[in-house]
Amino acid sequence: MMTQATSSQFWLTRPFGERATQTFLGVLFAALLIVTVLHLAVPQGHPLHVNAYTVNLFGKYLSYALLAVAVDLVWGYLGILSLGHGAFFAIGGYAMGMYLMRQIGERGTYGHPVLPDFMVFLNWDSLPWYWHGFDMAWFAFAMVLLAPGLLALVFGFLAFRSRVTGVYLSIITQALTFALMLAFFRNEMGFGGNNGLTDFRELLGFNLRSDATRLGLFIATGVALALGYILCRAIVTSKLGRVCVATRDAEARTRFIGYRVERFQLFVFVVSAMLAGLAGALYVPQVGIINPSEFSPLFSIEIVLWVALGGRATLYGAVIGAILVNYAKTIFTGIMPDAWLFALGALFVLVTVLLPKGVAGLLGHLKRRKEDDHPPKEAAA
Amino acid sequence: MRRFLSLGLLCLVLLSTAMTAQAQSDPSTPDDQAALALLSALDVDSYRDKGEAITAILQSDDERARDWLQALLDGRLQRADDGRFVLVLDNRGRDWPVADALTNEPLGEMSRRDLERVGINNALRNQLRSAIAVVDLYSPNVERRRTSADRLLGEVDGELAETLAPVIAEAEDDHVRMRLTQAVAIYRAEQGEMAGVEALTGSLHPRARVALGRAANSDDPIVADAAAAALAGIEQQLKINRGLETLYFGLSLGSVLVLAAIGLAITFGVMGVINMAHGELMMLGAYTTWMMQQLLPGQPGLALMLSIPAGFMVAALVGIAIERGVIQFLKGRPLETLLATFGISLILQQLVRTVISPLNRTVVTPEWMSGSLVINDALSLTLNRMYVLGFALVVFAALMLIMRRTRLGLEVRAVTQNRAMARSMGIRATRVDIMTFALGSGVAGLAGVALSQLTNVGPNLGQNYIIDSFMVVVFGGVGNLWGTLVAGLSLGIINQVLEPWAGAVLAKIIVLVFIILFIQKRPRGLFPQKGRAAEG
Repeated sequence: MMTQATSSQFWLTRPFGERATQTFLGVLFAALLIVTVLHLAVPQGHPLHVNAYTVNLFGKYLSYALLAVAVDLVWGYLGILSLGHGAFFAIGGYAMGMYLMRQIGERGTYGHPVLPDFMVFLNWDSLPWYWHGFDMAWFAFAMVLLAPGLLALVFGFLAFRSRVTGVYLSIITQALTFALMLAFFRNEMGFGGNNGLTDFRELLGFNLRSDATRLGLFIATGVALALGYILCRAIVTSKLGRVCVATRDAEARTRFIGYRVERFQLFVFVVSAMLAGLAGALYVPQVGIINPSEFSPLFSIEIVLWVALGGRATLYGAVIGAILVNYAKTIFTGIMPDAWLFALGALFVLVTVLLPKGVAGLLGHLKRRKEDDHPPKEAAA
Repeated sequence: MRRFLSLGLLCLVLLSTAMTAQAQSDPSTPDDQAALALLSALDVDSYRDKGEAITAILQSDDERARDWLQALLDGRLQRADDGRFVLVLDNRGRDWPVADALTNEPLGEMSRRDLERVGINNALRNQLRSAIAVVDLYSPNVERRRTSADRLLGEVDGELAETLAPVIAEAEDDHVRMRLTQAVAIYRAEQGEMAGVEALTGSLHPRARVALGRAANSDDPIVADAAAAALAGIEQQLKINRGLETLYFGLSLGSVLVLAAIGLAITFGVMGVINMAHGELMMLGAYTTWMMQQLLPGQPGLALMLSIPAGFMVAALVGIAIERGVIQFLKGRPLETLLATFGISLILQQLVRTVISPLNRTVVTPEWMSGSLVINDALSLTLNRMYVLGFALVVFAALMLIMRRTRLGLEVRAVTQNRAMARSMGIRATRVDIMTFALGSGVAGLAGVALSQLTNVGPNLGQNYIIDSFMVVVFGGVGNLWGTLVAGLSLGIINQVLEPWAGAVLAKIIVLVFIILFIQKRPRGLFPQKGRAAEG
């Protein structure tokens, strides 16, 4: 419940006044700082030392967290369950991958000055038109945002204009990412087919295989997550955000009041897709590969689970969920790989049936319990 | 190829000997010395001499001639160290079981080092094939006569054509007569004879087209024109046949889509429940078939028939468990239902992987379902696909009957339209929910049983169909079974029509994009529900 005083502030700085945002940013930066210190200052072999592999892993989690925030923005505040956000993530990743491919230059296996290895292998004699410009960092970074944004704009424009909502929208977003996966698997598409893009060397002149670059990427991802979080928070606390929530809860009524619902939906959907693309672009240099499996419907629906587990419509819940699930995945696939899908499946069922508000709801519930002895009834639902 | 000059003569001889051999009631063994001489003549270095030896064997009225020639062709006619000729029965491993070529008595196993193969070259191979085919034309077995007639297409030369003329006249079997006529006509057309061209008009066999192509280059303009005209007619026919084949494959793919989607049409369309585990219920149906075949080894047909009720029951029971265990708690929250059932689908997949195997299992196709229905030389329809198509239509009709004509169907429709009102009229809505979900799940099981006859049965079977089947339901219009039927069949056909020029993957992408765009245009599908039900 915003008061009149806060809503008169500049919309982008408004989130800093909220306690939840302050706590979130505080925890995030503390975590970044601690990991950095433990990595750099504590000598190797010491039990508290965080090695480069772990830093890299955390960086990966943070990019997933940013992706989860993007999904929470549309699902939590707009009521659009996108089962295709992995597509935007992957497209952002491919844009970054294309830049990294061009940076390899003559150091590839075939030593071709312009063509990436897989094109030489396929006997292509020139670069396809859509690969031009990706040798320039600014162009590639712009594409990281613009390419997923454009896809979301076209797709969203068509979908929201004809009022495709709810389950239907979920299914066609899933079909979208499925179609893209099939397309990217084709060698003729010019994105490396099955193998995708890999064998990256450097980013902006920094060697991707050095520990320092990994730490830098980790911090950059953390900062991007903070910025993305603030942006989303600013959107949802603005007037526009209120319209979104109204749309989520009663689309027809909001429309009758006179709001052009589809425009709000489109705007937020595009912003979310761009954030997902950014997350993908930060993810790719850290894992060193991008291939069509990121487009798989399973991945996209997993993102939704992170958000559901963390707690919808809180944003910080999405971050918690993404990190928890992926940490569990790392542990499980390490010790008993067979059990992971059981655990993931069980999580889907348990979270939706028993924990509809996610971990964030649970935290809020516990907090309220502490604060007074009469917990509100609805929190138990 | 054209080396068997004396074949024509020897055929006449064979014809008479075959008859006299049958007339002789006395099964006295022919002179083994003569037979040994015939075989020994094969064991020379010169291929030319071998060819003559083969002719000699054919000309001999020995009834074992065919076995020898076949063995020679297969490289199974070998000479042992002691000079005897043997037939190798199985050439795997180090020691081979052999039989005496003269007496056909098993001689136990011989080391392959003690055996020497009677070698042949390609020219001899062709000669042998034609020779065997000609011998087979007199076989009492109709099937063998037909195969040998098929084999003669394009292998006929002048002498043989002469020889075949009386055979054609006397042939009892239509297929044999037709094939032999064609075989001779192919030879005549290649020689540039008008009669051959005329006989080949309308024939769809690839060899006939080759022959007509040669005739079209003939020096005689009349023959060339006639051949060109015949070719054009054949091309036209082939085009029609290819169209029919595409249609058939499209209908077949469509029937699979309908089977996969029709259960969803009930749970999603009628109940409004998104069941992402629907594909896994299909998978369970397919595994039930596999299990049945393991329980009834050697009787794949019976096992398959029993799998139809069993697959339905297994999937329906799992469906009830899903409904009671999860879905009933998520009433009115479709997106949460989607996520929860997706979780169930992961669990079921992993369960099959852990309990049975991550690898594909083979489900045997019963004999009466394998093979194909040959319409003509260019068009044959595989039987298993035809059965699945029929099965899909039967399942569809049964579901229509249930929904339209039974008490359950009436109650389901009532609960769908107005739950509160239906309950106040005394309908037990919870029971209807369970029954509906069980029905939809059971149909998924049936789809799995049918799919086990067409694709690999593995843990990922369901995953491959879930997106497609949702597309079919949404495309057809939710809550409308007819829509599902039309949508499934038409998507199948569209896919198959696109495939030849776009490739399988691109065709699929095009169809997906088409549906995505179509939903923008008509968000409620091909056949939207009208009236009150549309508002739900």
